Amino acid sequence: MAQTPKPEELAKIEHSPPLMEGWMDRPVEIREGFYCYGAKGKNLAAVGMPNPRDWNPADEDWKLPEDWKEIVLDGFKDRLDRFRSFKLFMDICVRCGACADKCHFFIGSGDPKNMPVLRAELFRSVYRKRFTTAGKLFGKLAGARDLEYNVLKEWWYYLYQCTECRRCSLFCPYGIDTAEITIIGRELTNLLGLNTDWIQAPVANCYRTGNHLGIQPHAYKDMIDFFVDEIEEVTGVRVNPSFNRKGAEILFITPSGDVFADPGTYTAMGYLMLFHYLESMGLDITWSTYASEGGNFGFFTSHEMAKRLNAKMYAEAKRLGVKWILGGECGHMWRVVHQYMDTFNGPPDFLEEPVSPITGTKFENAKGTKMVHITEFTADLIKHNKLKLDPSRNDNLVLTYHDSCNTARGMGIFEEPRYVIKNVCNNFYEMPSGTIREQTFCCGSGAGLNAGENMELRMRGGLPRANAVQHVHEKHGVNMMACICAIDRAALTTLMEYWVPEVQICGVHELVGNALILDGEKDRTTDLRGEPLPGMEDMEEEEDV
Amino acid sequence: MDLIEKIIEKKPAIVKRWLDVLVETYPEDSRVFFKKETDQFANPVGFTFSKELESLVEYVVRGNLGEEASKGLDRIIRIRAVQDFSPSEAVKFVFQLKGIIRDVLGKRGSLEGFAGELELVDKNIDKAGLLAFDIYSMCRERIYELRVGEVRREVGRLLERANLLCQAAQQ
Amino acid sequence: MNFIISILFSGIVVSVLVLIPWVGVAAFDLRFLFGVVVPYLAMAVFFIGMVARVIGWGRSPVPFRIPTTAGQQFSLPWIKYSKIESPKGNGGVIIRMLFEVLLFRSLFRNTRLEYRRLANGPKLDYEWEKWLWLAALMFHYSFLVIFLRHFRFFMEPIPGFVHILEKLDGFLQLGVLPVSGLNVPSVFLTDMLLMLALTYLFLRRIYIPQTRYISLPADYFPLFLILALGLTGILMRYFIRVDITAVKTLALGLFTFKPTVPEGIGVIFFIHLFLISMLIAYFPFSKLVHMAGVFLSPTRNLANNSRMKRHINPWDYPVKVHTYEEYEEEFRELMIQAGLPVEKQPEKVEEQSEETGEKE
Repeated sequence: MAQTPKPEELAKIEHSPPLMEGWMDRPVEIREGFYCYGAKGKNLAAVGMPNPRDWNPADEDWKLPEDWKEIVLDGFKDRLDRFRSFKLFMDICVRCGACADKCHFFIGSGDPKNMPVLRAELFRSVYRKRFTTAGKLFGKLAGARDLEYNVLKEWWYYLYQCTECRRCSLFCPYGIDTAEITIIGRELTNLLGLNTDWIQAPVANCYRTGNHLGIQPHAYKDMIDFFVDEIEEVTGVRVNPSFNRKGAEILFITPSGDVFADPGTYTAMGYLMLFHYLESMGLDITWSTYASEGGNFGFFTSHEMAKRLNAKMYAEAKRLGVKWILGGECGHMWRVVHQYMDTFNGPPDFLEEPVSPITGTKFENAKGTKMVHITEFTADLIKHNKLKLDPSRNDNLVLTYHDSCNTARGMGIFEEPRYVIKNVCNNFYEMPSGTIREQTFCCGSGAGLNAGENMELRMRGGLPRANAVQHVHEKHGVNMMACICAIDRAALTTLMEYWVPEVQICGVHELVGNALILDGEKDRTTDLRGEPLPGMEDMEEEEDV
Repeated sequence: MDLIEKIIEKKPAIVKRWLDVLVETYPEDSRVFFKKETDQFANPVGFTFSKELESLVEYVVRGNLGEEASKGLDRIIRIRAVQDFSPSEAVKFVFQLKGIIRDVLGKRGSLEGFAGELELVDKNIDKAGLLAFDIYSMCRERIYELRVGEVRREVGRLLERANLLCQAAQQ
Repeated sequence: MNFIISILFSGIVVSVLVLIPWVGVAAFDLRFLFGVVVPYLAMAVFFIGMVARVIGWGRSPVPFRIPTTAGQQFSLPWIKYSKIESPKGNGGVIIRMLFEVLLFRSLFRNTRLEYRRLANGPKLDYEWEKWLWLAALMFHYSFLVIFLRHFRFFMEPIPGFVHILEKLDGFLQLGVLPVSGLNVPSVFLTDMLLMLALTYLFLRRIYIPQTRYISLPADYFPLFLILALGLTGILMRYFIRVDITAVKTLALGLFTFKPTVPEGIGVIFFIHLFLISMLIAYFPFSKLVHMAGVFLSPTRNLANNSRMKRHINPWDYPVKVHTYEEYEEEFRELMIQAGLPVEKQPEKVEEQSEETGEKE
């Protein structure tokens, strides 16, 4: 006990009055745990990105081309001319502060440069210096500063501390969207080869093999065959998915995370079971190994890279001659599909307006892009009583639902997943109103931030979400949170392990898979995860013995 | 009236000071926000701090470091373990309770004649401080576990499959 | 730069702007300069500047349809969709924009995280933060009404809406201004509201640490300028009376492009006129352009119908993609082994790849 340090002996922090210091006077400090490793040269080169080389953000020297400043400023100018959003958002902010406490990273850290307004001011300051008269004339007095090496580093550090969740944009009186600024800011960093490897490696992999891990086609099929075995084990029914099949009516594309990463794999099993169930009712669907990644890490790199990766979806649909595309549960995949795909790579005039082959429902909202969200598809099936469901199989679960940022604020899909959940589960509770639907809190790991090396950043960014989960866990005994995003399924699982270990994460179609009564199935004793079904706990033990 | 009762009588003042020192450990910018009392700057961080410190005072000075106290400390330290702190910075606030008690009670000489009891309280605070260190290390370990766990989940299925394939090939 | 310097700087600039016409008119009698030339120049700068700004924004296209969806999308017929928060057509967009522009919908949505101490312990709340919204609304509408009331000076005969506005605005017949004693005109509510809102917006800016930290001189300057403008207006109306008829002659002259500067107008009027000139000239170069910019915001003024209707990107260009053929070329062997269908199955290729396979 005598050795216990006295307060005075413990590290003293110098306190200089922050009031007297403007944010521009505080140089960025790149801290371990809050950034992702730099993109490897080979992954940059694989897709022909500029300045391919290995680099480390912690190093003084980022190995930039000599004319990096011109490259960035030319790129800045070019994007001002190409994106009204960017130009407008540089001009019209009044710094009212309505967005300040809306960012999950700010709430979790208190770092003022995580306030959306200040995150954007990092760019506006340079914009003023270079592209406005006032900024050129009055410099700092007009809130302007030049692009220095340190400023670039600051940009980078905070660009990759934004998950492009758009929560701030909801509260801005002018609709200023930090995601837009981050997306374009990241484009600028990519002119210098300053991506993170957590984004760049999946980009390179998706480009070549079609999925983020670089899994080759035979192994992809193999994984799904593996699920087929598991489904048979649980249900006694052997499902029979097809791949790259020409002449199928529908092409199914889901994020490859569902195929490789737990707990997304259980959601993939849910899709397989649903498709099998519907086969006899006229569903004619195929998977693709070429377009096997719905998620689009290119979107975290540049618009161009997003377009290059997204092109595979329509290309494959055309090659296979399908009528329309069904999309699995994924967040940013749906942001791209909903708001960008048709513009990027359309018009898909070789496809037909999507019609459910089971119910005959026309998906009018997808008549242009010809791609339907699987919860739209399943909600329609349930509404038309086409599915035999036993929600009591999910009775061991007390559910809540996390609206993924991209599908919430970049698409507006709120009711469909809830409708499905309420039909396949008996216990469902919403989180507090300021934390769901359009005001949903980010998982803290979106937009390519779900790496391992920035775990501290992710945990504090996810605190507001976890805080709301904890609330329903304590109040209603919630033990499972459903979501419709592959990154969520991976990231929230980790987030919960840290903050609320009693709560697990699942996809909506995992719940569907559990509740769905397949023709000829055996008496199920476990759910898809191999956990005993409600009332079957004893049986499991007996079997085990 | 014994010392602990006196401390508990002054609990609101102590909690307020304690929250202040906790918030003051934050980097300059955030401190400005956190320092503002309840209504001004509010978030899960501030909420947790004020809620847990409130109940911790009593547990700590009484040396009642059971499950409840651990849980309270855990909630605070779990947050600080993912913010920009060194280990000592993260748990320093516990030890600072000593000075706060002296400041708050010492004003009117209330501490006179309580030297023995004060020593006991100090010891209890030391114990709580060590517990805080344990919790901090646990949280950090957890973070490394999370990293490993995530990699495992991400490619676990593939590894599992690969192993199966290897076995098959051997056969 | 810290906030004190920002405030001092803005304060000094505004003071100088007050002094310029004061000295100019009182000492040098430059009535024509401050009564006619400066206002005309300011108006020219305003109109040309604003048009240039809007054209500048307009020249940058909107390559993607990126509305922030704040409500249920239009999808299945039995799911009620949010016609305003997630509009599927232009009608909904117009209503959404009206809500935004007239009622500050997004600010109204503003919630603040709050934790309060209740009897049974603290409680976390997402509190509706109404004050910013209220003050913003108060400020903008007061300014509008005051601006419209000024048409009393710009037009002859005085348009009917001015009388109505004045009646509504002045319904509080307060005898609370004992200073000038006689003939105190009715107090306009909007004068008071404007000053109140401005004061609130200023205090809020320095009181809340977040906003204090992000504020630039460009945020304090317009507040001070408008505050000074309002103060000179109020002084003129209630305390330091000027010859209204002469002022009207001057204003009418400006608006009918037959400028005259009648004798006997007090310096205070020239200060007021100079400040408004500075304000409108400052408009196009400052954050005040949000007035026009809000209408162009792509996250608000676009319908959430991008899966229904194709949005065209005018600068779209072809990109290099990894085609299926390239993909199959690389993995054909493995695909065939796995039983996946392939497009091409030439024996030759198979042999070759087998060879290379052995080499590896």
